[in-house]
Amino acid sequence: MTGLELHAVDAGYGDFQALFAISLHVAEGELLALVGANGAGKSTLLRIIAGSLRPFRGSIRFDGADIADLSDIRRARAGIGLVPEGRRLFPSLTVEENLRVGAGTGRKGRWDLKGVYEVLPLLAERRDRRAARLSGGEQQAVAIGRALMGNPRLLLLDEVSLGLAPVVVDQLYAALPDIRTSGTTVVLVEQDLSRTFAVADRLCCLLEGRIALSGLASALTRAQVTEAYFGTASVSAPEVTS
Amino acid sequence: MTWVNTILQGLLLGGIFAMAAGGLSLMFGVMRIANLAHGDLMILGGYAAAVSTLHLGVPVPLTVLVSMAVLGGLGYLLQRTLLDRAMALSELAPMMVTFGIAVMIPNALAEVFSNDAQPLNIGALGTASIELGGGLAIGWFPLLTVVAAVLVLTGLHLFLHRTQIGRITRATADDPEVVRLMGVDNLKIYALTTVISLVTVALAGTLYAMRQGGVTPYEGQLTVLFAFETVVIGGLGSLWGTLAGGLVLGVAQSAGAQISPDLPLLAGHVVFLLVLVFRPQGLFGRSVLA
Ligand SMILES: Nc1ncnc2c1ncn2[C@@H]1O[C@H](COP(=O)(O)OP(=O)(O)OP(=O)(O)O)[C@@H](O)[C@H]1O
Ligand SMILES: [Mg+2]
Repeated sequence: MTGLELHAVDAGYGDFQALFAISLHVAEGELLALVGANGAGKSTLLRIIAGSLRPFRGSIRFDGADIADLSDIRRARAGIGLVPEGRRLFPSLTVEENLRVGAGTGRKGRWDLKGVYEVLPLLAERRDRRAARLSGGEQQAVAIGRALMGNPRLLLLDEVSLGLAPVVVDQLYAALPDIRTSGTTVVLVEQDLSRTFAVADRLCCLLEGRIALSGLASALTRAQVTEAYFGTASVSAPEVTS
Repeated sequence: MTWVNTILQGLLLGGIFAMAAGGLSLMFGVMRIANLAHGDLMILGGYAAAVSTLHLGVPVPLTVLVSMAVLGGLGYLLQRTLLDRAMALSELAPMMVTFGIAVMIPNALAEVFSNDAQPLNIGALGTASIELGGGLAIGWFPLLTVVAAVLVLTGLHLFLHRTQIGRITRATADDPEVVRLMGVDNLKIYALTTVISLVTVALAGTLYAMRQGGVTPYEGQLTVLFAFETVVIGGLGSLWGTLAGGLVLGVAQSAGAQISPDLPLLAGHVVFLLVLVFRPQGLFGRSVLA
């Protein structure tokens, strides 16, 4: 099976378990949105997929191959790109240098400096500025561009819109269709439900480390998601599958 | 005229300090390791050169290459076997490891080669000089040393700023966890950093041994001090600062010597302290790696 597939993944930090029996499947080229309250485990799940955190148990398959034993480095080279929570730019490097380091995966493909500047035009004018001296929106754009430079086949976006003005978020989301035309699979974390419904093919709601609701976005209603989000849904909430 | 000469000689002496300090600054900048063994590794580089010509018959000019190769290899092993592990333990552990190495090297050298100097003679080159007229003269060898220092520091700068692997090295200094998400193995970057650092200190150590006509085991205790003073005077994280720091320290020492033979070290320390008091960030100090 192509795409990304997690089966019965338990994960956490030391003695603390943050994720319980997570199973999900994202087909190649699909966009999965993760929603959930603060501390629900969304970032932890992305870290598990990117390999910067190892699960306690469970399997992770990417394009049919078991990647559970691959390091974060090898997963990046295999085409899994993470835009981490909090952006995590290299502050002493310029915008362009940050982007160039993103090409460290050695993967060839649609994305190079020119392509990134085209879909994130606000970066082109700032290319020689140090990342430490950028606005929040510019920093987020660099973080996305840096991940694109690695030519990922699976792009993980962790709360791209956090702390940004809606108009800036619109600019960033405007790059999504372009990113997806090359067949890149996307998993993103987003707090804004209308935005989520606007972009997602598939939706997965986490509640205290467990999947409370998942299914095709077109088959879910906002009310269902809101219930799952706050944990007010009955346990037998419709489990919609494709 | 003697003062002009003093400053000139001081600048030339500063070249060695600057070269030694470059590697120290690099390791600190990338890994936050204060390498207390840097001076002893420099002296070890001098020994590698001296021993290779004395016992293996390597032509003197080529001993530089032998020394760089030996110390480069040692740097790789050191990083992979000891420093990587120490870095995983705590922030202080790597410094403790380098302190241990700093104690072991001179004692091992004294054990194997005794306390007598291992000669490293460059013959006529050691005394040849260019007359500038009016009693001024620049020795060919000190001049070579300064040129080498400028080349080493310029090379380091170009490497860090103009090459992909150099950019990645600076990115690793900023955030080693995140470069892994870009497919970069931060441990390989650390190994490369230590190799570069030790190759440059081998060059400094060999030129130092040539300048002195030989090396003795315990000289690293002073040279490490000069290297640290150079970095602090120039400003941490700035390679041009390192060059300036070396030259300032060299001039201070040679001016001290001009006043009294007992003074060179003291004069160097005084300048170092003055900089610490009045310009703690150093002459060219910045908060980030050059
Ligand atoms: N580095 C860490 N060490 C220990 N516990 C952690 C760590 N990171 C997260 N946690 C815990 O794991 C749980 C899930 O955290 P996670 O960051 O995945 O949540 P999230 O859904 O991304 O939340 P947010 O919306 O606030 O970003 C929380 O209880 C959190 O306290
Ligand atoms: Mg999070």
